[in-house]
Amino acid sequence: MPDAYIPVMLFVLVAIGFAIFTLIISGLVQSSRYNKVKLEPYECGIEPDTDARGRYSVRYYLIAMLFVIFDVETVFMFPWAVIMDELALFGLIEMLVFLFILVLGYVYAWRKGALDWV
Amino acid sequence: MIDLVIIPLFKIAVVLNGVLVSVTFMVLLERKVIAWAQSRLGPMRVGPWGVLQAIVDPIKLILKEDITPTKADKWMFTLAPILSLVPALVVFSVVPFGGDALFYITDINVGLLFIISVTSIGVYGIILAGWASNSKYPLLASLRAAAQLISYEIAVTMTLVSVILTAGTLSMVGIVEAQQETGFWFGFVQPVAFVLVFIGGLAETNRIPFDLPEAEQELTGGFHTEYSGMRFALFFLAEYANMIVIAAVVTALFWGGWLRPFPSVDALFPSVGALSFLNLAFLDLIPSWVWFFGKMFVFLYLFIWIRATLPRYRYDQLMRIGWKVLIPIALANIVVTAVVKVWLL
Repeated sequence: MPDAYIPVMLFVLVAIGFAIFTLIISGLVQSSRYNKVKLEPYECGIEPDTDARGRYSVRYYLIAMLFVIFDVETVFMFPWAVIMDELALFGLIEMLVFLFILVLGYVYAWRKGALDWV
Repeated sequence: MIDLVIIPLFKIAVVLNGVLVSVTFMVLLERKVIAWAQSRLGPMRVGPWGVLQAIVDPIKLILKEDITPTKADKWMFTLAPILSLVPALVVFSVVPFGGDALFYITDINVGLLFIISVTSIGVYGIILAGWASNSKYPLLASLRAAAQLISYEIAVTMTLVSVILTAGTLSMVGIVEAQQETGFWFGFVQPVAFVLVFIGGLAETNRIPFDLPEAEQELTGGFHTEYSGMRFALFFLAEYANMIVIAAVVTALFWGGWLRPFPSVDALFPSVGALSFLNLAFLDLIPSWVWFFGKMFVFLYLFIWIRATLPRYRYDQLMRIGWKVLIPIALANIVVTAVVKVWLL
């Protein structure tokens, strides 16, 4: 089975090679003329006076944390789903318990307003 | 050596070329279809009916000056488009374009998991692009994009669990073969999952109605505002390659992949011999990959059609749909699928 991954690795190399190759080719043929204003960060023509990397809404962190929790829990379901034929009723009950706990956390997040954007 | 390296390399070259050419023509098709939807003609100047536009656009992008803004982080700025393009291309290594081993590059037993994980690497490219640009619009857009992508990824991943339950395998080839055995395309068994994955796919590829990360009216050009020339082209390629991936995944998971329609009327009505003409055996004459590309094209066209039709959501609406609508439905779908499956065992 590891043999099946060799083409994937090859594809990764080819894709990286393709990206770098096109960038180099384009770098060789393009024209370039220096202009101070052209190289400024775009802000609709106004000269930016502050750094762009300022503070941003805390909600993005919240979404990121919720993502980690829910996505990991989803990944736990993958092996279960594959061998559901063998697990049958036992697997179903186990997963319902797991999902119940997951939904409890979800409902908690919902009630606390973590899922509201505004 | 030949089996492991040379033949895959040849297939990779074919797939890579295919993706690049179809992306350029996708762009042309999109412009044409949207133009027709708005009673315009679209590109008409280059070649007959503007067909050659697909060829001159990439040439223009190669020849254009590639700007690195003075404040940008030079290396990260170059790394970002590569990081966003590579996963979008690599996913094609497990997409089964046809029934024969000739038509897919490799068949790994965790194919679907591979697709989910590799496509989600693309978000690094986007957030890195916004951060490295050191400009306000790209930074805001990349934050938005990251939040949107990860929110919808949960919904899509959860939905896919119910598809795996139905198929009993993670291999892409195995999932299509499972549809052949059952006699039903999973789109009929799992219609809810199909709708969820398609909506999630629209959001994952930043398409209208979920194109908040590049909402022109608020964010100029989105996370690639500062990009130009070839590096911009790489982002563009990645975006359209992702669309093709979504179309291919939806085709393979829900609409029978390379299978022809009416695969098993015989199996459904074993006693009624008279109905066997409904089997439409002559459809076997059309090669499997033609079916695959035909179905894929339908979904790509649907993407464009939706773009020509729908307005854009607000950001809070987008988040509400992702977290409060899609995820509960996906969870319910898993439970229902599992219960039905155990009941049928």
